[in-house]
Amino acid sequence: MSLLSVSNIGISFGGVVAVDEVSFQVAPGEVFSIIGPNGAGKTTLFNLVTGIYKPLHGKVLLDGAEVAGLAPHLLVRRGMARTFQNLQIFFRMSALENVMVGCHLAERSFLLADLLGLPSVGRQNRLTRERAMALLTRVGLERHADTEAGGLSYGVLKRLEIARALAAEPRILFLDEPAAGCNAVETEAIDHLIVEIARSGTAVVLIEHDMKLVMRISDRVLVLAQGRPLAEGAPLAVRDNPAVIAAYLGNHGQKEAQRAHG
Amino acid sequence: MLATILRARFTPLLALAVLMAVIPLVAPSAFYLRVAALVWIFALAALGLTILMGYAGQVSLGHAGFLGLGAYGVAIGPAHLGLSPVLSLFLSAAAAGLIAYVVGRPILRLRGYYLAIATLGFGMILALVFNSETAITGGPDGMQVARLTVFGWRISGTQNWYWVAAGALLIGAWIALNLVASPTGRALRALHDSEVAASAVGVDVSRKKLAAFVIGAVYAAFAGGLLAAMNGLITPEAAGFMHSIELVAMVIIGGMGSVIGAVVGAAFLVVLPQALTAFQDYEQALLGLLIMVFMILLPGGIVPTARKWLLERLS
Repeated sequence: MSLLSVSNIGISFGGVVAVDEVSFQVAPGEVFSIIGPNGAGKTTLFNLVTGIYKPLHGKVLLDGAEVAGLAPHLLVRRGMARTFQNLQIFFRMSALENVMVGCHLAERSFLLADLLGLPSVGRQNRLTRERAMALLTRVGLERHADTEAGGLSYGVLKRLEIARALAAEPRILFLDEPAAGCNAVETEAIDHLIVEIARSGTAVVLIEHDMKLVMRISDRVLVLAQGRPLAEGAPLAVRDNPAVIAAYLGNHGQKEAQRAHG
Repeated sequence: MLATILRARFTPLLALAVLMAVIPLVAPSAFYLRVAALVWIFALAALGLTILMGYAGQVSLGHAGFLGLGAYGVAIGPAHLGLSPVLSLFLSAAAAGLIAYVVGRPILRLRGYYLAIATLGFGMILALVFNSETAITGGPDGMQVARLTVFGWRISGTQNWYWVAAGALLIGAWIALNLVASPTGRALRALHDSEVAASAVGVDVSRKKLAAFVIGAVYAAFAGGLLAAMNGLITPEAAGFMHSIELVAMVIIGGMGSVIGAVVGAAFLVVLPQALTAFQDYEQALLGLLIMVFMILLPGGIVPTARKWLLERLS
């Protein structure tokens, strides 16, 4: 059975249909990429599935349980974590503290104990700090641990967001353009990281514009255009699909592609 | 070495305790001690607002309403219900927390300007009630407050009140410092920077905001109770709009999110009007001007700016 099953999901904003009748399934440990031209509705689809928007219609099943319309903080309890296209970092906290907040769900915390600074709080803090440090090391950011996040570079923050999302120990991780704005070295690091995450059993749903990255690491690819599914399948099959080429490059591109394939 | 001390968690508490111990030794007269006691009390209220505004990033323009609840609680308990003044102090702080919980649930769904206006309305309603329920609150003239008695010891005299106020502030500061370094404190600071990211890692954003609002209300009510008991008199002005704005100004001038900042901000707004009385007619204008100058020169607030400057010098 698939881990995540989205069926006929859709939403419109002020009469404009942003996402319409999109369905897909994701299995554990799979890298599932969603691609499409700008404005195709990829991030909107992410926001629908991860609880930022409430879908107008359609179903989201996580492990067979209906979760459509649940708030993000409840979805993450069920194993769904995500990163954001436009960085959502806690800029005034250190890199380590950012990941420590990511450990929130695993923390045992009582308001009264927190206010009185009971010894249990100190123990919990040490535990959280160790876990967060291990995650920073996993994404290769251990030397930035005590730097305020506001002073870190874009590429570093992209990985910091992944570490923070991993702290929630998700079974399915949504990455919205993790390599956007990163240089070749940083992209390669993220590439390895995603493959490693998937290998550990966590499914990865990926939005990415770097086609080389998508083709290299995806198990399956879903192509969206104007809010609708255009094609779905193995990376190579999707790449050679004339409809996909047309959507990206227009009819002119389609002719070029046909000529190239001879 | 000095940088490590500056960064250590309980340094603010120690600095505060030293300051509290030194002031009575150098104060030339009881008047100065009284002003200092007022600073400690307002700092306690500002500290509660610091937790709400500085940590959690939520504005309240009605915080003096909670201060008024505490103040009138201490006055009404003994006068109308036959309760001991000290019990009234704790009961009214608890009641303020409860009211904050009930009012905060719908209000804290709002954000930014809308939240500010909603809290403003709440504060105005409370001030109106204190003003008009003459039979209970004495109306615009206010009411007398019975002396606080702890285990048979009647707290009176400037010196005693100085220490009571100082002790209350130290406990408040200790609790606030505990909170910042706890899981709840981290969640509050996180949602201040990004609510959407905080909820995406499992933080129940509205519940955490509500917790900060309730804590802030209890701080303000406690401060209000102490203020009323020390003055022996309470008027509706204490709960008024101007007072709410003053509390917000204390937090911002001192430095958002800093415990010592709340104390410095309170000192700024309690001591300066006293110091400026020499300028008579121009007192208010000068106070306003000084606030503007400080905000332009130190936009991050006095304490965070000074701290950053010191840390840079030391490294």
